[in-house]
Amino acid sequence: MRDSAALPVAVVSLGIAALWYLAAIGLNWQVVADMQTRAGATPDFGAMITLTLSHSRPLLPAPHQIIEELWRSTMTLPITSRRSLVHHAWITLSAALVGFGMGSALGVLLAVAIVHVRALERSLMPWIIASQAVPVLALAPIVIVALGALGMTDLLPKAIISAYLCFFPVTIGMVKGLSAPDALSRDLLRTYSATPAQIFWRLRVPTSLPYLFAGLKVAVAAAVVGAIVAELPTGAQAGLGARLLAGSYFGQTIQIWSALFAAAIVSASLVGALSLAERLVVRRMGARA
Amino acid sequence: MLAIDARGLSLVFTTRDGPVQALSDIHLTVAPGEFISLIGPSGCGKTSLLRVIADLESPTGGTLRVNGATPEDARLRRDYGYVFQAPALLPWRSIEANVMLPLEIMGMAKAERRDRAQRQLALVNLADFARKFPWQLSGGMQQRASIARALAFDPQLLLMDEPFGALDEIVRDHLNEQLLTLWGKTRKTVMFVTHSIPEAVFLSTRIVVMSPRPGRIHDIIDCDLGADRPLEIRETPEFLRIAQRVREGLRAGHSYER
Repeated sequence: MRDSAALPVAVVSLGIAALWYLAAIGLNWQVVADMQTRAGATPDFGAMITLTLSHSRPLLPAPHQIIEELWRSTMTLPITSRRSLVHHAWITLSAALVGFGMGSALGVLLAVAIVHVRALERSLMPWIIASQAVPVLALAPIVIVALGALGMTDLLPKAIISAYLCFFPVTIGMVKGLSAPDALSRDLLRTYSATPAQIFWRLRVPTSLPYLFAGLKVAVAAAVVGAIVAELPTGAQAGLGARLLAGSYFGQTIQIWSALFAAAIVSASLVGALSLAERLVVRRMGARA
Repeated sequence: MLAIDARGLSLVFTTRDGPVQALSDIHLTVAPGEFISLIGPSGCGKTSLLRVIADLESPTGGTLRVNGATPEDARLRRDYGYVFQAPALLPWRSIEANVMLPLEIMGMAKAERRDRAQRQLALVNLADFARKFPWQLSGGMQQRASIARALAFDPQLLLMDEPFGALDEIVRDHLNEQLLTLWGKTRKTVMFVTHSIPEAVFLSTRIVVMSPRPGRIHDIIDCDLGADRPLEIRETPEFLRIAQRVREGLRAGHSYER
């Protein structure tokens, strides 16, 4: 399975990289050409290509420039440095993880309540859905400012924004999952006169786990987005959001892209960790290997 | 005390197309230790009758006592084990853990649970499969596991809803023999729903022939072929005579022309 997937994965990755280089050449061409004209130089085609792929403030940085910047800002700087991407990624990651924990817990609790009290589905669900219709970009500054006025700064306000995005997929998934046991299994437990608590722990919870993991994977990626968005209105002292904002103030596109890559790597690692946890759980639950 | 005592029992389902009479004026008494088959075409209410006895449906008329109690009290004191058409094993539990499920729910100590599960699995010849998961077993083995589960807490009454309906004939014959042996050993009261005439005649002490629209009892046929019944008994004149009577009952009670 794994080996047969290696070739298609490699082909697609190479394809994306090739398209990216073409796009970088195309987008940066005019900028480079203007600069060369101003300097009175007339580089040939090959030199132009090299210049478009090594510009210090390109419209679109080439992949190797981003990788270089990632390497420089993670490996060559002490992680305590204000310019280390590891430092900023950790600040964002810690807020995202705390928010993910809070949001997932809230999401599960809401789902349990909704599944057990059917009236809540109709009374609570519209608000839950409405909450997600509000753009988080508009909401984040309000929350940050309000919590700041209460003396809450740094991690907690960001975690709350993350949690706000996180709980939704978990709730939706768990409502579905906790209601997933079929009539047959419910009848079976009824013939044993099982209590609602026994039905919950022995039937509903195990049945819901695949839905929980699906919800958690969406939630953890949303948590990272939430933490980054929450870093934007604070004046961008620290975190990947701060790097994005600082990069755009100073036209440092390479810095922006490396921050984006760092965010993507953080999210992908979190989703990967959840997939691993899911595999371990599923194996313990006797699934086909 | 009667195992089952139904008098004038009726059950009406309210559906979007109006009321459906699933059971109408059912009179049936079953003594402890009997093996009763309920046979009839689809929609004749045999499963509904079983579900009413199990307190999975509430009757809309008449009276019903199960081991001298109301169906609800009988369910609450775990008087019966129910075997469904499908094995209904929980896929995330091993076979042994599935058999232990009712015992867990009843709050039995762990050592006792394990001990009982092992005994029940041995009784249905699944002792070597205790640690397997349901998907690793064939359909017939899964159904045997579900029978072991129903027997695990030693209920007085066994309610079986077409437990072998989905299995091929060879497996079904084999399981019929095993079930008969099991019944001989445990002397439980069994209510057994089936579509198959040979299965009903082979297993039962009495056969209840039901007919549809409204679901009712058409005939009750005595069928005691003695304790020792090899599969070959199905070739004997006595067996064929009872089977013939069941067939006639089914035909008379159910005419497609109507």
